[in-house]
Amino acid sequence: MTILHVDVTDKVIDPAFEMAQLQNRHMGAISVFIGTVRDDYDDELVALHLEHYETMTQNKLHAIAAEASERWSLGQLRVVHRIGRLLPEEMIVLVAASSAHRADSLEAVHFVMDYLKTDAPFWKAEETKEGLSWVSARDADDIAKEKWNK
Amino acid sequence: MKIRYFAWLRDHTGHGQEEMPCPSHVKTISDLISHLEDQDQKYKMAFAQKQVIRVAINHEFASIDDAVTDQDEIAFFPPVTGG
Repeated sequence: MTILHVDVTDKVIDPAFEMAQLQNRHMGAISVFIGTVRDDYDDELVALHLEHYETMTQNKLHAIAAEASERWSLGQLRVVHRIGRLLPEEMIVLVAASSAHRADSLEAVHFVMDYLKTDAPFWKAEETKEGLSWVSARDADDIAKEKWNK
Repeated sequence: MKIRYFAWLRDHTGHGQEEMPCPSHVKTISDLISHLEDQDQKYKMAFAQKQVIRVAINHEFASIDDAVTDQDEIAFFPPVTGG
């Protein structure tokens, strides 16, 4: 029985805390993905604003985590996503999983991120000195998700 | 029904949510969009790029032909960009 933990928070993500929750004597692997705020504008990005659709976000993240826990043998799976105003380099998302051997947790984390990118209702707006502009979705994210259906 | 708008759709409508009785001629999401567009120019702006707008009924992704009722929560938003 995989322990699933989903958290949408306006607090700074603490990877050390998340790792500590995953450590377990029966699990020989912990895999982690961390997404951070990237400045694509020659140092002109002031901040990134993240909003979401509360109830749907919870439903979708839980559904994605549950699907991953059925596809792979995991000890625990943790999905933590920030909302609010984030500065460059801050962590936006952390997905981490523990498993007895590495393949399960590595693939599960990859799967969760690919689905989160297309199915979880979060939106980013970039803040520069000109103001706020909404970030467009990338076709590459849809393609990345499709590979899990093969 | 409750209607919610996110990201640039909210910027166009000027509000994040509204509640209204479901008009008798509104049977589907498509009908609802047409109804809103008839109400005010700001909705015409919001729904101008129909091909990219996503919709959810009661927190599940839905399509433009899906049925709506007075008890539903409908959400309109652009493609998601989290992670």
